[in-house]
Amino acid sequence: MGGPAISVRDLFVTFGKGADAVRAVRGVSFDVAEGESFGLVGESGSGKSTVLRALAGLNRDWTGAASIAGLDVATRDARLPRIAQMVFQDPYASLHPRHTVDRVLSEPLEIHGIAEVDRRVTQALEDVGLGPAFRFRYPNQLSGGQRQRVAIARALMLQPRVLLLDEPTSALDVSVQAEILNLLKRLRATQRLTMILVSHNLAVVAHMCDRLAVMSRGIVVEEMDVATLRREEPKVPYTRQLLLASKGYDRAVAARMTNED
Amino acid sequence: MSALLEVEDLRVTFQTPTGPFRAVRGVSFALGRERLGIVGESGSGKSLTGRAIMRLLPANARLEAKRLAFDGVDLLTASSRTLRGIRGARISLVLQDPKYSLNPVMTVGEQIAEAARIHGGIGAAAARRKALEMIAAVRIRDPERVYRLYPHEVSGGMGQRIMIAMMLVPEPDLLIADEPTSALDVTVQMQVLAILDDLVRERGMGLIFISHDLDLVASFCDRVLVMYAGRVVEQVAARDLASATHPYTQGLLKSLPRIGDDRAELPTLSRDPAWLEG
Ligand SMILES: Nc1ncnc2c1ncn2[C@@H]1O[C@H](COP(=O)(O)OP(=O)(O)OP(=O)(O)O)[C@@H](O)[C@H]1O
Ligand SMILES: Nc1ncnc2c1ncn2[C@@H]1O[C@H](COP(=O)(O)OP(=O)(O)OP(=O)(O)O)[C@@H](O)[C@H]1O
Ligand SMILES: [Mg+2]
Ligand SMILES: [Mg+2]
Repeated sequence: MGGPAISVRDLFVTFGKGADAVRAVRGVSFDVAEGESFGLVGESGSGKSTVLRALAGLNRDWTGAASIAGLDVATRDARLPRIAQMVFQDPYASLHPRHTVDRVLSEPLEIHGIAEVDRRVTQALEDVGLGPAFRFRYPNQLSGGQRQRVAIARALMLQPRVLLLDEPTSALDVSVQAEILNLLKRLRATQRLTMILVSHNLAVVAHMCDRLAVMSRGIVVEEMDVATLRREEPKVPYTRQLLLASKGYDRAVAARMTNED
Repeated sequence: MSALLEVEDLRVTFQTPTGPFRAVRGVSFALGRERLGIVGESGSGKSLTGRAIMRLLPANARLEAKRLAFDGVDLLTASSRTLRGIRGARISLVLQDPKYSLNPVMTVGEQIAEAARIHGGIGAAAARRKALEMIAAVRIRDPERVYRLYPHEVSGGMGQRIMIAMMLVPEPDLLIADEPTSALDVTVQMQVLAILDDLVRERGMGLIFISHDLDLVASFCDRVLVMYAGRVVEQVAARDLASATHPYTQGLLKSLPRIGDDRAELPTLSRDPAWLEG
């Protein structure tokens, strides 16, 4: 295959027209090597989910170039869904309210004609730390964290090479987050999974990623390796502010941020 | 400190095919005009505790308590009319699932304006101004544009802030915020928390802040309840959370990744059956 697993060049995404047009992504470029884990952090509304949705083929309305495993994302190649899967930020919206967990997990297998549905569903539930008792529940019978575990299990059903993770653990409690992060790390090592992880939690990104890009208002303002983040040596003021805010609530710090905005 | 909210031996039980499931098992606490954090793992009953206070539980849930009182009003025996008057006007709930609770066919601005009109008894133009003001207050850039967006057009973090803006319109005495900032980037989170902080300090609002971000709760709240399997296993001053004694609380703290630490694996909880009752 060669080359980067994921390549994004000059990606632009605009929503709406005229006075209400939002240039959500304004020229984003980055590469992710095979087996690498790449973090995407940045302020709310900066375009992180929009970048992932374009890569996952969920939004066709963009310009620029994007490829996954050498396949041009714009071509809607039928192989792409099996290669790249996305996990969404909002576990409430992403699960069909009238489908049981069993149906959510078996559907991708049936669509792609994959055998051993029963064993795979049981295994997937176990992989994300849910017992067999959850198999025939509906989403409204699950807590927020339990729903996100189901969403992650669904993404893993097709054994993808690339995972596009949009805040996969922001709805999870810290112990389940640790389980999921460990699981993702394990999968990444054993299956040479390539990942893009969108998170506002710098500690999660520091733990999971090799490199990261910081986004603000639709552009990447800084790209760095994780060692730089760990040493707390970002160059750009916005990233330094992110780091400061990560240290917990402080009214005085909050006031300074308010003034800068 | 006069108790704004008194909760004694709160229980929430579901009837399931395999027998009753006790999701909340005897939670007691009193809340003043302060910031109370509720932390605990997924499924420990945090959201149900918050919803029980609002008497907004799923139809198949049974609610019991020795006492559940808001500002002296017994919520267990209150008429549905009294409850409607309290809900939304004096107690607001920011739900964990913002998009789920917004009306999909109405712009987010119109929804906030409608809340302002109903609660403030003001005209359409004033309500619109109030809504724009609230959108700006939760640090959303370009309120005029965002006013016209539908819920599916806003980012995750914007949806959360819109919910907060809407819930603050009636100037509640008690705000129950269920994971209100989990989708926000940390700088916006800090600014939104500052708004809530000021409401507690300046207006004497009571705040129940449900979160699984232990570091955030430790730095933001006054007091913390730690929930496990439907019970409060520990109650500590927020600044002492790091030195909490219960092994469950310690386990939760250890499982947090931190910038600068380079543990390959994060420790996960090994649950001790004794925690269920102890
Ligand atoms: N379908 C849409 N229609 C109109 N505007 C949209 C749509 N989807 C996203 N936007 C806008 O694009 C911008 C970027 O949104 P995006 O969801 O990518 O942000 P984000 O970085 O993921 O933020 P968050 O951290 O809050 O999830 C925002 O201004 C948002 O309002
Ligand atoms: N309608 C329902 N029927 C049956 N069980 C339910 C129902 N709603 C919630 N539960 C169960 O009650 C328990 C407590 O749920 P709750 O939503 O309060 O958890 P939580 O502490 O808020 O978790 P999270 O951090 O994941 O949001 C969970 O085990 C959940 O599966
Ligand atoms: Mg997003
Ligand atoms: Mg909850």
